[in-house]
Amino acid sequence: MINLKINGFEVQVEQGATILQAAEKIGIKIPTFCYDDRFKPHGSCRICVVEVEGARSLMTACCIPASDGMVVQTESEAVVEARKEILDLILANHPLDCLTCEQAGRCTLQDLCYQYDMEETSYDGKRKSYEKDVSNEFYTADQTKCILCGKCVYMCSQVQNTDALCFVDRGFETHIGTPFEQGIAESTCVSCGNCVSVCPVGALMPKRREKYRYWEVDKVQTTCSYCGVGCQMELLVKDNKIMEVLPVKGHCNEGLLCVKGRFSFDFVSHPDRLKKPLIRKNGELQEATWDEAYDVIVNKIKEVKDHDGPDAVAAFSSARGLTEDNYLMTKMMRAVIGTNNVDHCARL
Amino acid sequence: MTNSIADIQTADTMFITGSNTTENHPVIGAQLKRAVKAGKKLIVADPREIEMAEYADVFLKIKPGTSVALHNAMMNVILEEGLEDKAYIQNTTEGFDELKKVVEKYTPEYVADICEVDAEDIRKAARLYGEAGTATIIYCMGITQHVTGTESVMTLSNLAMLTGNLGKAGGGVNPLRGQNNVQGACDMGALPNVFTGYQPVTNEAIVKKFEDAWGVKLSDKPGLTITDTVKAIEEDRVKMLYVFGENPMISDPDTKHVEKALKKAFVVVQDLFLTETAELADVVLPAAAYAEKDGTFVNTERRVQRVRKAVDAPGEAKPDWVIFMEIMNRLGYEKQYKDAEEVFEEIRQVTPQYAGISYERLETKGIAWPCPTEEHPGTPILHIGKPARGAGLFKAIEFVESEELGDPEYPLVLTTGRILYQYHTRSMTGKTEGINKIAPESYIEMNPELAKKKGIKDGDVVKVKSRRGEVQIKAKVTDRVEENVLFIPFHWSEGANVLTNGEVFDQFSKIPGLKVTGINVEKLA
Ligand code: SF4
Ligand code: SF4
Ligand code: SF4
Ligand code: FES
Repeated sequence: MINLKINGFEVQVEQGATILQAAEKIGIKIPTFCYDDRFKPHGSCRICVVEVEGARSLMTACCIPASDGMVVQTESEAVVEARKEILDLILANHPLDCLTCEQAGRCTLQDLCYQYDMEETSYDGKRKSYEKDVSNEFYTADQTKCILCGKCVYMCSQVQNTDALCFVDRGFETHIGTPFEQGIAESTCVSCGNCVSVCPVGALMPKRREKYRYWEVDKVQTTCSYCGVGCQMELLVKDNKIMEVLPVKGHCNEGLLCVKGRFSFDFVSHPDRLKKPLIRKNGELQEATWDEAYDVIVNKIKEVKDHDGPDAVAAFSSARGLTEDNYLMTKMMRAVIGTNNVDHCARL
Repeated sequence: MTNSIADIQTADTMFITGSNTTENHPVIGAQLKRAVKAGKKLIVADPREIEMAEYADVFLKIKPGTSVALHNAMMNVILEEGLEDKAYIQNTTEGFDELKKVVEKYTPEYVADICEVDAEDIRKAARLYGEAGTATIIYCMGITQHVTGTESVMTLSNLAMLTGNLGKAGGGVNPLRGQNNVQGACDMGALPNVFTGYQPVTNEAIVKKFEDAWGVKLSDKPGLTITDTVKAIEEDRVKMLYVFGENPMISDPDTKHVEKALKKAFVVVQDLFLTETAELADVVLPAAAYAEKDGTFVNTERRVQRVRKAVDAPGEAKPDWVIFMEIMNRLGYEKQYKDAEEVFEEIRQVTPQYAGISYERLETKGIAWPCPTEEHPGTPILHIGKPARGAGLFKAIEFVESEELGDPEYPLVLTTGRILYQYHTRSMTGKTEGINKIAPESYIEMNPELAKKKGIKDGDVVKVKSRRGEVQIKAKVTDRVEENVLFIPFHWSEGANVLTNGEVFDQFSKIPGLKVTGINVEKLA
């Protein structure tokens, strides 16, 4: 175990833990742009710098391991100055359109500029200009907003393991692209949106179905309803409608989702949803009340039972329904109708 | 799964068979690819050159329906080269001698012809699996949806036991469950022969237990499977069918028979949409979607996880369990539940594996069953120490060629599966515009050589015929499949299940043989 002091507080961590992890442990927040515990450490943005007593320069908290007896300051004058300089440089090449930027409210750059009182850049010079890549069905890539933190590239190459994205060109021209610059739609991208979820700014954005602000939505954690992986996710809800789905770090998904879980939620609020019971009358399905529908069903069950016995009723339960739904379905069949004729499509 | 999702990535060697993981379980696919990049070994056996094949140390592009032969051959090599775990076999298993006798004739050379792969590759695969410190097996519908599916799974267990890879971290035989809550539905006894927690309906003491819990007399006669039900309707033995959240018109094999049955019986359908099946129903009930209700799903690693209500259901739609409760009440069974949690509390009482799980515990994270008490942490890895049934029983199994094949009129092999962008019968994914743009329609994959012979070009509409039906469908020319093998995704009504066989089942699991169908293909004149 290693003992160190951060902003005057003692903390004990395991060998190998970074300064950032040590700070997290006692609730001290150090800002990051490029860090993600699922990536190999790369330390490219330097916004996480901290002052370590006795060290000659500031250190990146996300990759430097904590060592015994370390004394760390996370918001010293030198640290704040360094962070402001980094923000200044980023702003020199970032469109300040937070008024309309869809990432507003979930943007690390916006948050840090607010925290460190950065209103504008002190630099004047050439600005990047790129055409927005809108070719993917579910998200857009706007390189004029990119801060080159590399998260999307590492997400795609180290975690999602699709290798669709990479750094392209050098120096001022550096930007995020696809290996042959053929555009995202033509790349190997599988539209999982995992790069989009980790982009700290508004460079990678989901294509929205309608307008919402991140501060307007309620978040509800739930389990994906598609495949058996059972990814954990958060539904962002506004006006009784799902606006977006974001991944949550669950046991099984490590904060990943696939295209279905992340982007295919329109069915929930689709106009074709059934809203009332239907009963077939004169050969056609017609709207009815619940009472009418229940009467028809209950009478039919009784009739079949009386006439042919309970085993003349059968049911298919659902591998998509809740555990609780399935339980009451089987209880209805077994305890109330009196037959074991219940199955579901586990086999199909 | 015997082991957890996190655990299978720790194996030294992974053997993936009959699972197109990156498309059907994409997030697990991503994790497995990461494991391979980090140096884990990978064996892939599949009739199609799926994405995982690119990452494999050995890829066996086997002929559909020949898995049993392949597994036997791998065991043959393992025994031949002395790679078996003798202590494990001695201490924890039974039936080894017979197994040994049976696999003797499955030499790599003999099986190479059956599977249409290279004998040397079979040897390589067997060594990679047999020599590994820990080796895991991951499989899916490509193994189970065969007339010999259960037997094929048994041969996988044999393979794992032979090398001492059961009941330990990084080992196991791990089926990936297709739908989000197949595991939960099975756990709840949505199967004709068991109550919740796999408690047999034929066991007197169990029946008594449920009679006490539910306060009624119960039947101890096993019920009908889906496929038997369809037949029973045709034969007038079943008069009424209640379909909850399924769309057998598309998902079941042999669509024609299913349609006939649905038209004949009195059918109630409870779903989100007016599906192809609902259109044939006598009564249709509007159900709430997952985002509109509280409850749980159980994932492929047996982890029970919370589902939480985020929005209100549209119109008068209700959570499914509420509908069942109200019908029960109207049939004179008085029990009422005020919420899903109360239903779950009852589940805990009658299901030993769930006894220790509560919504309160699930609030922060999911729990893998068996979880017998509130103090129990759950069981991410099954059979630690020894198999659940005491001694692990080897079941020696001979390979039998599918009867579907060998008909000169239908000389080609059709296999089916899912694709990344669509899900099941598309009643959910089909409502997302972007998804439909990427995956708009059904197609058939065929090898360039076959296409050339038949004068078919990529994108041509072709006629596909089997003994059961005929579809017209767009050709996708690709060398993902071998010359005599074709593939249709099963998401579309104009697709695979018109052609597949709904009559011949696996004798144990009653799964129809969906993965092997004899067909013929012609260019549309
Ligand atoms: S969406 Fe997924 S596959 Fe596509 S670039 Fe992003 S991380 Fe890679
Ligand atoms: S697109 Fe976003 S995640 Fe990718 S490098 Fe730029 S800022 Fe970072
Ligand atoms: S997000 Fe994708 S991988 Fe995860 S549970 Fe949903 S469908 Fe499966
Ligand atoms: S967060 Fe530490 S260097 Fe970027």
